[in-house]
Amino acid sequence: MDLGPHAAFIVAAYAAAALIVASLIGWVVLDHRAQRRVLGDLEARGVTRRSNERTEQA
Amino acid sequence: MPLIDLANPSRFLALAAKLLPWLVAATLFAFAIGLGQAMVAPDDYQQGATVKIMFIHVPSAWLSMFIWGIMSLAALGTLVWRHPLADVAAKSAAPIGAGFTLLCLITGSLWGRPMWGTYWVWDARLTSVLVLFLMYLGVIALWRTVEDPSRAGRAAAILTLVGAVNLPIIKFSVDWWNTLHQPASVMRLAGPTIHSSILVPLMAMTIAFTLLFVTLHVTAMRNEILRRRVRTLQMLQAQHAAGA
Repeated sequence: MDLGPHAAFIVAAYAAAALIVASLIGWVVLDHRAQRRVLGDLEARGVTRRSNERTEQA
Repeated sequence: MPLIDLANPSRFLALAAKLLPWLVAATLFAFAIGLGQAMVAPDDYQQGATVKIMFIHVPSAWLSMFIWGIMSLAALGTLVWRHPLADVAAKSAAPIGAGFTLLCLITGSLWGRPMWGTYWVWDARLTSVLVLFLMYLGVIALWRTVEDPSRAGRAAAILTLVGAVNLPIIKFSVDWWNTLHQPASVMRLAGPTIHSSILVPLMAMTIAFTLLFVTLHVTAMRNEILRRRVRTLQMLQAQHAAGA
């Protein structure tokens, strides 16, 4: 594929797209892991929501 | 299931768990098609191969405005209907919108340099998109500044609705003022002015980018719901500790 005399601009644009999309994917994946980990720690220490307590009592 | 049932965060989480594998697969498939078509698309008779930048610039420009539109609807949901997921949707969309607006600005600059002879001009289209990017950053900063999510949600909703005024300015800036940016060539009442050999890859990439946004947004909303559960549990833990 010949990108002509402006190949550097085309490659830079696609590289920027890849970087920004990868950053957004990394953000949602790492954030999900972090929230799951903190939630797991809290529940392991016996901290539960009132709605859970009511469900367990019923 | 009635639509109102999705207002329940637990139901949303269950639905997201079912939807996400399909959304990821659809996004990957759409990008495989879109990028494949973009690679074999012919050069433009005037712009040469730089027309390939359009296949990422136009979808990111579309998303930068579409996402603010979604946030504006969510803002109405927060202020008028107090929908439980409305500010979750708005807060989760803002960083994604900022990312695609930044991509639009960067790819526009990289396209402008070889075609216009400059990376940047302070004309109406470019400046109004820069203002949109700064508004995204403002909304994100507001969410981070106010600790109580419901107060932050209302403040961000007002800012979002005020910022929605910028959307028609961006869209019609190329008609209202003299700009270096070309006029609309896809979303026109008279139909697109682009040849099908370039229009088809452009549409394929636009669908792929839109699916990517939906996937990221559902994932980010799921994260935000979990973050609020963490906050609730931490407050309960603090209450127990204070009462002990």
